[in-house]
Amino acid sequence: MKRTALCGLFVVVVAACSGPDSAATTTSTLGGAGFPTTVEADNGSVTIDQRPVAIISLSSTATEMLFAIGAGPQVMAVDDQSNYPTEAPVTDLSGFTPNLEAILSYEPDLVVITFDPGELIAGLETAGVPVLSYTAAFTIDDVYRQMEALGAATGNSEIAQQANETIEADLAEIVENSAGVGDDVTYYHEIDALLYTVTSSTFFGEIYGLFGMDNVADPADEDGSFFGYPQLSEEYVVASDPNIIYLANVLYGESAETVATRPGWDVMTSVKNGDIVELDSDVASRWGPRIVEFAQSIADGLEEYQRG
Amino acid sequence: MSLPTTPPLARPSRPSWLAIGVGVGAVILVGAAGLLLGAAGIDSIQVVRALLDALPLIEVDNTLTEIQLNVLYEIRAPRVVLGGMVGAILAVAGASYQGVFRNPLADPYLLGVAAGAGLGATMAFAVSGDSSVLAPFAFLGGMAAVAVTYTLGRSVGGRTTTSLILAGVAVAAFATAIQTFLLQRNSETLRQVYSWILGQLVTVGWGDVVGLMPYALVASAVMLASRRMLDVLSIGDEEAGALGINVVRLRWVVVIAATLATAAAVSVSGLIGFVGIIVPHTIRILFGASYRVIIPLSLLFGAAFLMAADIAARTLVAPAELPIGVVTAFFGAPFFIMVLRSMRRSG
Repeated sequence: MKRTALCGLFVVVVAACSGPDSAATTTSTLGGAGFPTTVEADNGSVTIDQRPVAIISLSSTATEMLFAIGAGPQVMAVDDQSNYPTEAPVTDLSGFTPNLEAILSYEPDLVVITFDPGELIAGLETAGVPVLSYTAAFTIDDVYRQMEALGAATGNSEIAQQANETIEADLAEIVENSAGVGDDVTYYHEIDALLYTVTSSTFFGEIYGLFGMDNVADPADEDGSFFGYPQLSEEYVVASDPNIIYLANVLYGESAETVATRPGWDVMTSVKNGDIVELDSDVASRWGPRIVEFAQSIADGLEEYQRG
Repeated sequence: MSLPTTPPLARPSRPSWLAIGVGVGAVILVGAAGLLLGAAGIDSIQVVRALLDALPLIEVDNTLTEIQLNVLYEIRAPRVVLGGMVGAILAVAGASYQGVFRNPLADPYLLGVAAGAGLGATMAFAVSGDSSVLAPFAFLGGMAAVAVTYTLGRSVGGRTTTSLILAGVAVAAFATAIQTFLLQRNSETLRQVYSWILGQLVTVGWGDVVGLMPYALVASAVMLASRRMLDVLSIGDEEAGALGINVVRLRWVVVIAATLATAAAVSVSGLIGFVGIIVPHTIRILFGASYRVIIPLSLLFGAAFLMAADIAARTLVAPAELPIGVVTAFFGAPFFIMVLRSMRRSG
């Protein structure tokens, strides 16, 4: 409930900040057009006094978003996992084990994170650096909201808006091209070799749902106690015999071949027919602009499956 | 409800037929339940028919599909067998450590053996990237850890219970710290090690059973053969020496066997706690304090206990899984407390 309220509030704020007649734009002269501005993040309302020009991103998804909304030139440093786009200024800063002093040594004027292991946000705020925290999207709408917020925070609202429209249109086109193909096709999306997976209630499951596909993992988390990311029993995966297996863990050594050699998996229809899709592990674990590529991989797998 | 108790001094020289019968019965019953239950939703009656059909000279029809038969024979059956083997050797290793260190709290976890084995395997994998080297390096890591624990424990306070356990806790913390550091520095290459540490029995096949078998057989045979000498050792090092036992050699042989068993178990099933301490103590309370009773019964009850815990892990929230360590602690700890209390009341 609190989340919904926050998001609602956030939409209002963004609308207020990005609209040409809003109060925010009329008061801003010192820090450039649109500043100071206040945006909503998971860590609350954050006020940014002037257009940031020394941004640090400790989130590989935020890095992709910042470059997609035209804020790339304002990005000064990104964390060691931010490998896309290639022009992102990669450093050895870590998003998983962030070191406050190392971050501050860059003298950033905005830090975007996805994970605070302890006192990161508090430490940055004490140092007077605005920080925006965005956790993994729960829905596709969260992606658009985060892009918009980053647009407002960096003075790129217009490009962010366009980027969102492009993503929305691309998604719609991919889904439309596969119209009817995915209906009642069952799938299993593997996060790791211990059979952790996603249900339809997750952001990733929502994208599969656009194609009308059915997730075999849904009975494993009906009450949401695993937050949509249950670990499946191996015999259940094999016995449910999904039409298509999507592997999100290719980066960690799994492939169509390794799946086929797992004891007991060789009798599965998808293994026999080769309906195993090796997803780009980065694309399949981030919630940025490349969800379009993710959707395209799903569609390609569907096409391959229907071709037989 | 009163539990049978044995006066501590009257030590039976071997387990009673009743105890053996209960142990064997538990292994058979739990093992059968393990084959019948699971997340795949296969009809139990059809499983029974299929299993009967697999016996020689018996022909029974069943309606299982190719996939369901495959699930039964290639996924469920090896998992049941491996759970039994891992439970048996973790329990017997715990009992052996307790005997050899004359310390009721000694177990592969508190002595730092499991953490050392984990570190050894992680380092081997980090250097070679080859998962076939896990078991031998897990053994080396486990041996190094128990050697340091024992030396430290002796040097700070003789062989008292607390100093040995405190040393074990320190060694385990140190090994875990290095391992965490390595995992963090090499998060991508070592992701498989993560899977393996947390792996438990989630994905196992007959290959794991075959791989564990030689270690389990050799280590169990050595520990079984030492059960009489562990009884003599329990009266004290000097007394055992006076009775003609080479105490130093005995200690080394048993520690090596127990560590080999633990490392082999850790390298196929990851770290599963609680088995090595609960099972031997429950046997001690129910059936007698002699190692001639505890060691053989630990094999049986350890197998039954871990197979039962694994059934819970894969059926309670099916088709999702619970970590088996959570199950062993959640059911094991209260059960253990209940046994302890009933012993005090009747004793």
